Amino acid sequence: MKILVPVKRVVDYNVKVRVKPDASDVDLANVKMSMNPFDEIAVEEAVRLKEAGIATEVIAVSAGIANCQETLRTAMAIGADRGILIQTDVELQPLAVAKLLKAVCEKEQPQIVLCGKQAIDDDANQTGQMLAGLMNWPQATFASKIVTAGQLATVTREIDGGLETVEVPLPAVLTVDLRLNEPRYATLPNIMKAKKKPLETTNPATLGVDVSPRLKTLKVAEPPKRTAGIKVADASDLVMKLKTEAKVI
Amino acid sequence: MAILVIAEHDHTSIKAATRNAVTAATKIGEIHLLVAGSACAAAADAAAGLTGVSKVLVADAPHYADQSPENLAALVVANVASHTHLLAAATTSGKNFMPRVAALLDVAQISEIIGVESADTFVRPIYAGNVVATVQSADPVKVITVRATAFEAAGDGGSARIESLGAGPDLAQNKLVGRELSKSERPELTAAKIIVSGGRGMGNGENFHRLLEPLADRLGAALGASRAAVDAGYVSNDYQVGQTGKIVAPQLYIAVGISGAIQHLAGMKDSKVIVAINKDAEAPIFQVADYGLVGDLFEVLPALQAELG
Repeated sequence: MKILVPVKRVVDYNVKVRVKPDASDVDLANVKMSMNPFDEIAVEEAVRLKEAGIATEVIAVSAGIANCQETLRTAMAIGADRGILIQTDVELQPLAVAKLLKAVCEKEQPQIVLCGKQAIDDDANQTGQMLAGLMNWPQATFASKIVTAGQLATVTREIDGGLETVEVPLPAVLTVDLRLNEPRYATLPNIMKAKKKPLETTNPATLGVDVSPRLKTLKVAEPPKRTAGIKVADASDLVMKLKTEAKVI
Repeated sequence: MAILVIAEHDHTSIKAATRNAVTAATKIGEIHLLVAGSACAAAADAAAGLTGVSKVLVADAPHYADQSPENLAALVVANVASHTHLLAAATTSGKNFMPRVAALLDVAQISEIIGVESADTFVRPIYAGNVVATVQSADPVKVITVRATAFEAAGDGGSARIESLGAGPDLAQNKLVGRELSKSERPELTAAKIIVSGGRGMGNGENFHRLLEPLADRLGAALGASRAAVDAGYVSNDYQVGQTGKIVAPQLYIAVGISGAIQHLAGMKDSKVIVAINKDAEAPIFQVADYGLVGDLFEVLPALQAELG
């Protein structure tokens, strides 16, 4: 079976982001960018399914500026077979990405689309669910375990209060949680090999998708700063302060 | 024109986070509550008692027993008429089906709002809560999930009328095999007034339970954990507080052996009072803690327990 893995280029998770002085956006100039950590887990899972003989081909797809091809090369270094870049300079929101992915799904006919559960920049947690809705496919989100057998995927999902297991017929959209696996490091030989793997470039117009943003960001701001309080000497001092000063116990 | 809040429930009672979503909705307009379930009359009655709700719509059918996102989304889309806003709590359930609803309606979703500026303008955190964005939607229907900790819970005392709703089709795309819920006598993490949370510093799962449980019990607190503690296998992942776990904002958050990574802070930095107990005086958690105690948790926790009596 074919597996499609959407990957997003985002600010590296270790970076402390700053807001631009005009409050229009986050300042991304000269900031380290990486593959969204949840997407790395999705690529790893797809590659493991290929290594297990279940998947025949793993296709990584990314939408955004030309630099997103670096993210696709990273996916191919982990083990994806080829990449598709949907190149655009327009700011992409989840609905637009889901529509672009729908167009790719219609062309490539994957059995599973494996998405990260959310991107660590917009924290939307929407794209996989939207794609499933647009394709009228079943969805299984926040997966911490995926088992496929024939035309069925059995997925253990992380929910509030514990775990649940669901069965969905394929084709389906699955979104992955952190606990699913530990992504491998791409080795230098694999990084070199990834440079030779096919990377197709297309754009929203070719795919016939209107990607204009639906939500307008009026401003961004830093949240109110929390400042360091005081250090207490010992447990009795702490209990006294919580009782008499903070009055929370 | 009214707002439709999709209630999260267990067929007999309404989940706490839905009460917070109702409060967010009161800032926009008239509220209808949708209860989809199986043999869910008790949940519908509970919904009708929520302050601020004018009408409860009930879809009672066997195929809503498991609340599959496919069936739920289809039902919501079929009943969107005359509603300008669709709201649900940003729980794992709300996050699961609402974007599907938005896509079927061809509108954007606004995730995890923490503020309502006007009927079309909302405030939401991005970048793990390090930035807040004010966004405006021009879509005909606003599809929104609500961060529960950012709004008060709606109380009881309402008397909405209950109307039954025709069930949508059973799409049968998603079969629930089983649920494995963590059983706990303690309050639910996201609704607790006090949370005692442990990190990698606890050393192992046995220490975690032996040292933190008595403290949590003494304070009537819920137990939480950092991702490091979960990954190390000390506790199961539904304890996890953070960007990828649960977002909490209790009156008192006690972080024990937690360094305070960005990911963790995203889940707890709106707590009213934060206490940090850590042997590393340079740990980032002390930069947000109201009360910091630098010391070995294996000495501090028993002393704290003794002090509380």
